[in-house]
Amino acid sequence: MLTYVVRRLLVALPTLWGVATGVFIMARLLPGDPARVIAGVLATPEQVAHIRHQLGLDQPLYVQYLDFIGRLLHFDLGVSAHFGSPVAAEIASRIPYTVALAVTAVAIAVILGVLAGVGAAIRRNTPLDLIISALSVFGISMPVYWLGLMLIVLFSIQVHWLPAAGADSPTSIILPAFTLAVFSVGLIARITRGSMLEVLSQDYIRTARAKGAPFRRVVLKHALRNALLPIITAIGLQFGSLLGGAVLTESVFSWPGVGRLLLDSIFFRDYPMVQGLVLLFAVTYIVINLLTDLLYAYVDPRIRYD
Amino acid sequence: MRTSIPAFDTTELAPPVEEEIQAVHEAAWRQLLRHRSAVAGLAVLAVYTLAALLGPVVFNQYNPAHQDLNAVLLPPSPHHLLGTDNYGRDELLDLVYGSRYTLSLGLLAVVIGGGVGVPLGAASGYFGGWIDILIQRLTDIMLAFPNIVLALALVAALGPGLKNVVIAVGVSSIPNFIRLVRSEALKVRQLPYVEAARALGVPSGRILFRHLVPNALAPVIVLATLQMGLAILVAAGLGFFGLGVQPPTPEWGELLGEGHNYIFRDANLITFPGLCIFFAVLAFNLVGDGLRDVLDPRLRT
Repeated sequence: MLTYVVRRLLVALPTLWGVATGVFIMARLLPGDPARVIAGVLATPEQVAHIRHQLGLDQPLYVQYLDFIGRLLHFDLGVSAHFGSPVAAEIASRIPYTVALAVTAVAIAVILGVLAGVGAAIRRNTPLDLIISALSVFGISMPVYWLGLMLIVLFSIQVHWLPAAGADSPTSIILPAFTLAVFSVGLIARITRGSMLEVLSQDYIRTARAKGAPFRRVVLKHALRNALLPIITAIGLQFGSLLGGAVLTESVFSWPGVGRLLLDSIFFRDYPMVQGLVLLFAVTYIVINLLTDLLYAYVDPRIRYD
Repeated sequence: MRTSIPAFDTTELAPPVEEEIQAVHEAAWRQLLRHRSAVAGLAVLAVYTLAALLGPVVFNQYNPAHQDLNAVLLPPSPHHLLGTDNYGRDELLDLVYGSRYTLSLGLLAVVIGGGVGVPLGAASGYFGGWIDILIQRLTDIMLAFPNIVLALALVAALGPGLKNVVIAVGVSSIPNFIRLVRSEALKVRQLPYVEAARALGVPSGRILFRHLVPNALAPVIVLATLQMGLAILVAAGLGFFGLGVQPPTPEWGELLGEGHNYIFRDANLITFPGLCIFFAVLAFNLVGDGLRDVLDPRLRT
């Protein structure tokens, strides 16, 4: 197991480096002069030149690049052009909100998705299966930004049950978490159904039933356990779309997490912040994928010997 | 006694002749038309395509730049079936015209994604070695950015507008095509007919595009269909946040974004553009699933 962990880590490192380089190149492609954005409209050319020097933007590109990578290793993402404070500090203050939202959404998605998927599989080709399968496709086809708006219209404007925006009350998380979960519920339900159907057709399931094991026990102990691998993969894989969905959901609900910060920063042309956030999203995705792979290897020891 | 080996035309190696290929296509069509949810998806797409093609001919008095400030935010009436928007334009006509922008955005983005991704994936799987390693590392890096985040970052760099949205959404779909075609190429390159072509000295480029890519076409068609839905979702999302197609162009995402400003006064301006986007994505997902069931029985869900 240890060699596998080390090998996977070694594969992830060049990807991280590539992601950092990609973000660096992209930030140089962004239109406008970051020094001018920070200096403001009224700044004299001398002031702009001074800030450009402070930011190191008058250095040759390779010096800037090495400097960028060097700072990254110290978690130094530069200074926000909009807030004037360090990018890392601003991001850190927003992370708890996004984590709370993502964890709630994943919990909803796993519970509803696995329940629905198992239900559809054991009642295959019944109206229940048809309804669940249809709802799953609806879920993965739903534009999150639209779903969010419709829920605001229904639950906040028509009946004043839930807050439409912000994170000021404990009930604030309900609408955004549900909105964010819908895509993942659909995806997990689909994968669970498919995986369960495959396992349920195996010989050992028939054997278990033939020896008189109760149906519920066969489904939960024998089938679901063996159907778990694709489900875990699905949960890990949908994390990318969950992070992307968080950007949209947070913006619709004015939820003060990193996703909304990304969209706001694009509008503010706060490039150090955009750069830091894009990097954060990519690194999070790589780490989650790594954890999924490790969990995978832990659940199924055969994986390690490929 | 023979004195020379006759020139060998590799096209003779390709087993199915024209009629057989056509028969296979017809069988696939018939199967698809028996697939109920796929037919529902096809019906929605047919309506959208008709709206996009014929809408401007039928409603030629509509002008997206026209504003009637005496008729803004009207409720639905026999005169304006879905009411009017914040510019005083007929909402139904906005949506009919919007179908052209949203559908062509999706289509062009997938053409870019597939056009770049398919050859790269085929080369990666067929050549192996350092080409494969290079392309795979680049794919890993691109896949690390969530689709919408990559598209947002690209649009932030390129600026808003129709052309840049197509590029941003198209580029963000490239890695999916690379992944798929690479794994297909790895399978196909082992097959005897590819080996035979190679043994006969057929140039690599010709093997790739005449033998390898056509045989990987079925899963590519499935992926392209599903990617259409995703591309529309992302492109409309960019429009919704004001980073995509700019007003007054009536793209569905842009219309939804405009409607957002009037959420307390007129929920219709949110409901209908959103429904249009939702049904478009749903239709492509249904057709994509249907095609997968028909073309690629191994992956049946």
